[in-house]
Amino acid sequence: MGNMREDLQHAVKLARIELTAEEEARLGSQLGDILKYVDKLNELDVEGVEPTAHAVPLTNVLREDEPRESISHEAAMRNAPKTANGLFIVPKIVE
Amino acid sequence: MEYEAVIGLETHVQLRTRTKMWCGCANEYGAEANTNVCPVCLGLPGVLPVPNAEALRKTALTGMLLNCDVPSYAKWDRKNYFYPDNPKNYQLTQLDFPSTIEGFVDFEFGEGTERVRINRAHLEEDVGKSTHFADHSGVDFNRAGVPLLEIVTEPDLTGADMAYEYLNALKAILEYGGVSDCDMEKGQVRCDVNISVRPIGQTELGEKIEIKNMNSFSGVRRAAGYEIERQIGVLREGGTLVQETRRWDDAVGITESMRTKEDAHDYRYFPDPDLMPHTPSEEWLAEVRASVMELPLARKRRLMADFQLPASDAEVFVGDAALGDYFEVAANGAKNPKAVANWVMNNLQAKLVETGGSVADVKFEASAIGELVGLIEGGQINSKIAQDVFVKMFESGKSPAAIVEEKGLSQVSDSGELEAFCNEAIEANPGPAEDFRNGKETALNFLKGQVMKASRGKANPQMVGELLKNILGS
Ligand SMILES: [Zn+2]
Repeated sequence: MGNMREDLQHAVKLARIELTAEEEARLGSQLGDILKYVDKLNELDVEGVEPTAHAVPLTNVLREDEPRESISHEAAMRNAPKTANGLFIVPKIVE
Repeated sequence: MEYEAVIGLETHVQLRTRTKMWCGCANEYGAEANTNVCPVCLGLPGVLPVPNAEALRKTALTGMLLNCDVPSYAKWDRKNYFYPDNPKNYQLTQLDFPSTIEGFVDFEFGEGTERVRINRAHLEEDVGKSTHFADHSGVDFNRAGVPLLEIVTEPDLTGADMAYEYLNALKAILEYGGVSDCDMEKGQVRCDVNISVRPIGQTELGEKIEIKNMNSFSGVRRAAGYEIERQIGVLREGGTLVQETRRWDDAVGITESMRTKEDAHDYRYFPDPDLMPHTPSEEWLAEVRASVMELPLARKRRLMADFQLPASDAEVFVGDAALGDYFEVAANGAKNPKAVANWVMNNLQAKLVETGGSVADVKFEASAIGELVGLIEGGQINSKIAQDVFVKMFESGKSPAAIVEEKGLSQVSDSGELEAFCNEAIEANPGPAEDFRNGKETALNFLKGQVMKASRGKANPQMVGELLKNILGS
């Protein structure tokens, strides 16, 4: 396992959140516990076991290309903090 | 030192389906903003995406057209990033088990044919469309969740023009397959261009520079041309290149840095738990394979070989597949396919443009064009009359023979009848007749014109010429 503090800071950055020093200490130790728990899996011998993306034995769950009614425009916009001209208004996108 | 460019392209193409990739919302361009949306494509919590079977078929078909393998196992992964046009905060894509892998595209370039290897064509989803205002942006999610195919080449392209020709060939294939409309105006095709340069002879690749989000092929060509020169310039001056993403400024004609490797995204891919893998059966693959059609380049070569068409004619018929199909029926068994091609490309197409119709609306049988050419070549009608016959065929759908018969348009090749016309013309126009006798060759054309007029265009022009010469010469 890498440096816990660095891992936490990276996760915080990726999640676009800010933590106080107190939160950082608390969440850091909680995250450490979680990772330690998941790390237990490394104790298993998985030699010769095919990696899988899913535990459920289901494949080819598909639908035909048939249009279905969408929700109303009003319903779609209802939860948006800000709208204009039918668009969801967001802070200016710059890249 | 001499340098060479190495280019790879990632082309994003919207698939032509009725609905989006994971929900039943219409895949439709130009609707009112945020009207083709539902909880699934808006990324609301608790929804379950279900893949569109038709998108999977079209993906497999594309793979076959690009000479790819269609593996028996494909899955979906989440690519995590925050961006306002991405409502779920992840994009569904295929990371390590794509639907199609390892193919190639052959395309014409310069005098010869080039091959670019295809690494993969994988299925993912499009994002929303953002509009930028002075101090905020607006997002329309109608496009979010539209099936998007990403076609990734190996770095086999060596120049801007070559990249451009590959893209044109790819577009032709996708249009032929009915996989995508490839409408650039509607943003249905977008391209990321990876470019590096290296000294000729060096095997390892130079630092890769990516130009994101190009929306026209000519833009790709210009951006690649600029970027190759820029990179070589940097190296020549002793500078170093770093791996980075750049943006093409079309108005100014330059690329500028967007971000370097240090702030590259960390996408944290992982398998999507909501989407089950796709494991195409042999039966399913056979069904898709049944709709594989002849590729544009193969068709061009066949038209040139089977109908002795020049490359430019063959390209017209490849470019307009319906017209090409029509030509093939019309020219089937024709003695002079090139003449049939001319009628289809010139007269028929002009009429279609004039009437705003398509070949499906043409009233006469395609074989009638072959008959018309036969009538001209057999000397039953001359080519001027043929133009009129064609117009009547187009209007009425009647066969050319029937029109000729009905309107009495048969060419007059009876020498007695023609001689009478010739004598009349000479008598009525003694001046030109005299001119010809005195060696003015062009005067014959005038007399010929008079005969054609008198015969209402039906006289056999070759015979008229010879008869006039005989009469005036004697
Ligand atoms: Zn939807």
